[in-house]
Amino acid sequence: MTTTTAQFNAAAGARSAARYRDDPAALRALVRDDQVHRDVYIDQEVFDLEMERLWSNTWVYVGHDSQVPRPGDYVTTQVAAQPVIMVRHGDGAVRVVMNRCAHKGAKVVSDASGHTGSFFRCPYHAWAYDLDGKLRAIPLKSGYEGTRLHECEAGKGLVAVRHVANYRGFVFVRLSAQGPSFDEYFGDSLSSIDNMVERSPEGQLEVAGGVLRYLHNCNWKMFVENLNDTMHPMVAHESSAGTAKKLWQGRPPDEPKPMAIEQFVPFASDYKFFDDMGVRVFANGHSYTGVKFSIHSSYSPIPEYDEAMTRAWGAERARAIVSMARHNTVYYPSLTIKGAIQAIRVARPIGPDRTLIESWTFRLKGAPDKLLQRTLMYSRLINSPMSVVGHDDLHAYRAIQEGLHASGNDWISLHRDFDPAEIGARDLSVKGTSEVSMRNQFRAWSRYMAPAPQEVR
Amino acid sequence: MAPTEQDLIRFVRREARLIDERQFAQWYDLFTDDGFYWVPLTLNQPDGENHTSLMYEDKLLLKLRIERFGNPRSYSLHPEVRCLHVLQRPELEHADPGADGGAGRWLTRTNFVYTETRGDEQLMFAATAWHTLVTVDGALRIRLKRVDLLNCDAALPSIQLFM
Repeated sequence: MTTTTAQFNAAAGARSAARYRDDPAALRALVRDDQVHRDVYIDQEVFDLEMERLWSNTWVYVGHDSQVPRPGDYVTTQVAAQPVIMVRHGDGAVRVVMNRCAHKGAKVVSDASGHTGSFFRCPYHAWAYDLDGKLRAIPLKSGYEGTRLHECEAGKGLVAVRHVANYRGFVFVRLSAQGPSFDEYFGDSLSSIDNMVERSPEGQLEVAGGVLRYLHNCNWKMFVENLNDTMHPMVAHESSAGTAKKLWQGRPPDEPKPMAIEQFVPFASDYKFFDDMGVRVFANGHSYTGVKFSIHSSYSPIPEYDEAMTRAWGAERARAIVSMARHNTVYYPSLTIKGAIQAIRVARPIGPDRTLIESWTFRLKGAPDKLLQRTLMYSRLINSPMSVVGHDDLHAYRAIQEGLHASGNDWISLHRDFDPAEIGARDLSVKGTSEVSMRNQFRAWSRYMAPAPQEVR
Repeated sequence: MAPTEQDLIRFVRREARLIDERQFAQWYDLFTDDGFYWVPLTLNQPDGENHTSLMYEDKLLLKLRIERFGNPRSYSLHPEVRCLHVLQRPELEHADPGADGGAGRWLTRTNFVYTETRGDEQLMFAATAWHTLVTVDGALRIRLKRVDLLNCDAALPSIQLFM
């Protein structure tokens, strides 16, 4: 299977060489009101253009500022398939610089996280940089006297990402010089991050419990689309959630449910449940399922937590915060969050059929440990490379990745509950089983990939 | 009568073999009622509660997995998923036959290579298994099987059976 797929990909790549780069109309034609062309998932050129355009012109999640508490702390990751460093500067702000030595291009740091002191030093020729990327020192500097080094990029230092936004600890970047402002791009969808932060009695989140890194041999969009796909859980997860349900059947209703059962069983809910949950979409591809309630709504109360919340926010406000149990919010294209259990999943695209999915969990500052333990269990059960739920999701994505190489039908159907009136809507709530969130993602995709000449981003 | 070192080694080998031969019901019975199977996410991870793990499962969750293996709608298990453990000789790290009022407590350490296949794909991993063993009604049982995966912090593909 591996060879066949590679051959197919090579063939598809050759067939499509430079078909899209200089032809915005051809790119736009990949997205129809209610269908998308298979090349959006399998074509190497489309993927490269996605990184250059969609992932560079929009706001992409880098990391959480609690990962770099002290000046000199850093984490490394990828944005738009490019190596970056997120670092805490001496002035207290979080900076993002390209992980690429100004000299010969080596990554200056290789660990996933660490502490670099007051400067970065390249391990090859010891070029040194301030934490904001500025070139600080070069050994045997006299060798550059009379050269044009300082007129070049190399003389400046590590490339600093200019557009960095830290929203309540969540750090995003926009790589390109032009593009929408942070607030304009995310708009009211930020209420899901607000809710997650407010679930802390101190109004503070802290990354805790490690990161699950699950390698997906599929296109990044399959994962992102799936987070608001409410027609798959009862099918794809019948063998896991359905089994959990069966294992618990026949127990007296007042017997306390183990946390694992509480977390698994709602995945086996019926179509009506997911339909009634509702979905809300925003401009620029963002959306969330669980407008009214979600699979996270019926977890057992944790009295010490409720008390801490009431003390912090007052009874009414605390109730409002905790009862807002949104399912998945998609911050298109990179970040998906579950405020109700303070967990996030981040898509890091590697290639058209390769994506790293990171699952991060948070401690709600001021909340009992049980809350952290609950989100850790959820992540383990649902998002680990050893999760039986994750296995069946990834199986479906991979099956699409391979199936799309079949000829005779180039199109992926997104017709469910399509309504022409939804086009252009900036904030719309409809029934949960609609495929509106995916259509909404592709409308944004099309705009950022191939803007119409008169369009102002 | 306390188990001999040879008994402990034989037990650890049999445990791996039951997984390879898909005798999951018998494998499940090797665990004590409060037994756990644990694959930590980081090296030297102190516990499975306050840090994420790749797997940290009690008998209820192990039961769920085993039942799922028999479900024809476990789509990710098609094509069939198989595994093989190649074990180094288990080493006895700690023996306390008198612990817990005679139930005893033994700790073995076993390096192994784990291979999992699915159709044309094959994955290989290096790991160390730590078995915490006790006796229940005179028979050896697993209180904890902890698998330290050498690359536990790597980006990993789906791993579907028991290591």
